[in-house]
Amino acid sequence: MSVPRYWRKQQNRYRLKGTHCETCGKYFFPPRNLCPTCRRDGKIVDYEFKGDGKVRTFSIIRTASEDYDLQTPFVIAIVELEEGTCLTAHVVCAPEEVYIGMPVKKVFRKIIADGESGVIVYGTKFVPA
Amino acid sequence: MREVAIVGIGVTEFGEKWETSFRNLFVEAGAKALEDANMGGDQIDEMFVGNMSAGRFVLQEHIGALIADYAGLVGNHIPATRTEAACASGGLAFRQAYTTVASGLNDIVIAGGVEKMTDVGGSETTDALAGAADREWEGLVGATFPGLYAMIATDYMNRYGLTREQLAMVSVKNHANGAKNPIAQYKKEITVEDVLRSTLVADPLRLLDCSPVTDGAAAVILCPMEMAREFTDTPIKVLASTQACDTISLHDRRDFSTLDATVAAGKRAFAQARLTPKDIGMVEVHDCFTIAELCAIEDIGFCAKGEAGKLTEDGQTALGGSIPVNTSGGLKSCGHPVGATGIKQVAEIVAQLRGEAGARQVDAEIGMTHNVGGTGATVVTNILGV
Ligand SMILES: CC(C)(COP(=O)(O)OP(=O)(O)OC[C@H]1O[C@@H](n2cnc3c(N)ncnc32)[C@H](O)[C@@H]1OP(=O)(O)O)[C@@H](O)C(=O)NCCC(=O)NCCS
Ligand SMILES: [Zn+2]
Repeated sequence: MSVPRYWRKQQNRYRLKGTHCETCGKYFFPPRNLCPTCRRDGKIVDYEFKGDGKVRTFSIIRTASEDYDLQTPFVIAIVELEEGTCLTAHVVCAPEEVYIGMPVKKVFRKIIADGESGVIVYGTKFVPA
Repeated sequence: MREVAIVGIGVTEFGEKWETSFRNLFVEAGAKALEDANMGGDQIDEMFVGNMSAGRFVLQEHIGALIADYAGLVGNHIPATRTEAACASGGLAFRQAYTTVASGLNDIVIAGGVEKMTDVGGSETTDALAGAADREWEGLVGATFPGLYAMIATDYMNRYGLTREQLAMVSVKNHANGAKNPIAQYKKEITVEDVLRSTLVADPLRLLDCSPVTDGAAAVILCPMEMAREFTDTPIKVLASTQACDTISLHDRRDFSTLDATVAAGKRAFAQARLTPKDIGMVEVHDCFTIAELCAIEDIGFCAKGEAGKLTEDGQTALGGSIPVNTSGGLKSCGHPVGATGIKQVAEIVAQLRGEAGARQVDAEIGMTHNVGGTGATVVTNILGV
């Protein structure tokens, strides 16, 4: 992954910063700068999510792409945040620990390291709350 | 709108084709389709070719012209266009060809699809396929493509009480069909135990729940119904060809276990053809993973939500059942060269409706295809009839 591509969304990834539509009240993560409901009538502002949520569904990845190969097996989940938004994220726990409905909270973690001297990518993961 | 017919089909053998190049794969399928339609390449007015990721798999873009060139179609300088919607790229090519003929813009149009996936290594393939979903917010956080469908399976099993064995039965049934298909990548029968013993890829999905990595190409030729008998005694009518889209990411869906784009495309297809699911005699659905076949059966409307596992267990989706599903062997056993799949599905229905499907032959007058891009962000459905 290119450095600028990651850097552009760094604040979003590090601090779970998304957006909020003041017109209809919906929250967005990943951030959207157009509200799909209100479109041009929407008023989009930045919003930092509290980071509390629960697991809606999950899987344990055993065959990964190269970037993630060293981390297998790992838990990937769709987490529903308290604000009502869902996102895909790592859950840092043993594969047998995760279940649907499990309460989780955000943590700041290393996501991937591009070899020993390459770029280290940080971002948000979740841990059991 | 004019009535449209399919007058020629051609599909290569699917599998790991070390010896065949990207362009030669397509040329083989195209030549077969032309031969089947008893026509020469100079009669073709336009061409659409579905391809997901030649840029990643063989480092080649500009597929439309390349394919037309090597297929010997540049003499008349016809328009040649590549279509892309991940695994539904072939479906898009078919629908573009259909609308071109139906609208009267052109008469004889070839719709093809091709993918050469085995020239790169396994993890590179996995990474390229992750581009079918949201690279930025699914792929970059570690979700593989099988992992996303695995999350659908986890949700579905939890809500509808589907058993692991029922899921395996989808694959067992598709391998039984593929064993009867000369072009299939895996022409071998398997058992439920084989599936349950195969390696875990992304829980609960195992290797034998997944469609494989495949090289292959397919092509079909469309023309106005009123011209069709110049080329064949058995033209097959296109009764509907529809497409729908949805959110790119699985996490943004209304319901993880329902593909709303399938529901929408299906409804449009039944409305266009003035038919209902009960009128359909057989269907080729997009079983990129076993769970996807069950969702498709329900979302098109062949049974209520949560009942497709039971339908499969009861043998209703097998060759002799009430609604045979994936007589070709599906993506699972026939193979899944992503860009070619949507066209291969059409070719299978045409072969069946003509009565040319050999050991897989079912008795049907109307068939349907269902081709999905990503985890359901694009869906193309077609209804074909004699
Ligand atoms: C499931 C998957 C990860 C397996 O890849 P892999 O672990 O690299 O598997 P290998 O290539 O090492 O194959 C191991 C063996 O299993 C066989 N095999 C591989 N995939 C298979 C499959 N899906 N079904 C049946 N057999 C399969 C191989 O032929 C090989 O057999 P051999 O040892 O006798 O030669 C890979 O097939 C995959 O990514 N599938 C999904 C493709 C996809 O997402 N497509 C888009 C969907 S829309
Ligand atoms: Zn809004």
